[in-house]
Amino acid sequence: MEIQVTISSDQDIVLARQKGRSLALELGFSSGDATLIATAISELARNIVSYAHTGQIVLKDILGSNRVGIAVTASDDGPGIPDVGQALRDGFSTSGSLGLGLPGVRRLMDEFEIVSKPGQGTKVGVKKWRP
Amino acid sequence: MEVPILKQGAVLIATFQAALSDADLNQLRSALVQQVVRFRSRGVIVDVTAMDVMDSFASRTLREIAHIIRLRGAETVIVGIQPEVAFAMVQLGLTLEGVATALDLEEGLAYLNQKFKTMK
Repeated sequence: MEIQVTISSDQDIVLARQKGRSLALELGFSSGDATLIATAISELARNIVSYAHTGQIVLKDILGSNRVGIAVTASDDGPGIPDVGQALRDGFSTSGSLGLGLPGVRRLMDEFEIVSKPGQGTKVGVKKWRP
Repeated sequence: MEVPILKQGAVLIATFQAALSDADLNQLRSALVQQVVRFRSRGVIVDVTAMDVMDSFASRTLREIAHIIRLRGAETVIVGIQPEVAFAMVQLGLTLEGVATALDLEEGLAYLNQKFKTMK
């Protein structure tokens, strides 16, 4: 099962996280975990809108050796992140804004991958496994 | 989607529905400030019981609402943050620092009434 959501407005952020929550519940995740997944999706979609203006979120069910999970991929052709290491270290700045919120997203999910270069867009892949 | 704002004496009560977009949150911020001015409210309760996800924008907007309203001499209380939402917020590093919270509407009203007494 694969669900694609085009992200280009703040309404799409809501749509993406609602679809993420539904899929998570369908896959048997607890309501609590579905909330974590929906929150991570919300932040990833928000980054797309803020920095790239348009992009895509893909939701998929995944199979492990003896477990099921959900994979979320957030991709865009935006400006890319100049210093990914820095982005993964910064939780929030002193101004109270959260920057990209990537460390937070990483904490919410079980697996986290990112590919991003200036001028080459950004792709973030996260997974959560159902216990 | 508009958030209904009810007036109960000197307190305004705004009740979130589940799926609020950024635009809805911005609209709520304007509406609350306008109503506080219009009714000379002394307290605002934002009930987020029905909110299923609190992300960075929602958390920032709630903090802004509380600060703007404080500049008007009124106090804001956020009530009804669900346990799973609270957990996700902590993972994401979202604090509602500087903003009063309470368990539910009843506790929120009790908090405000207490505050009003000391404010007199």
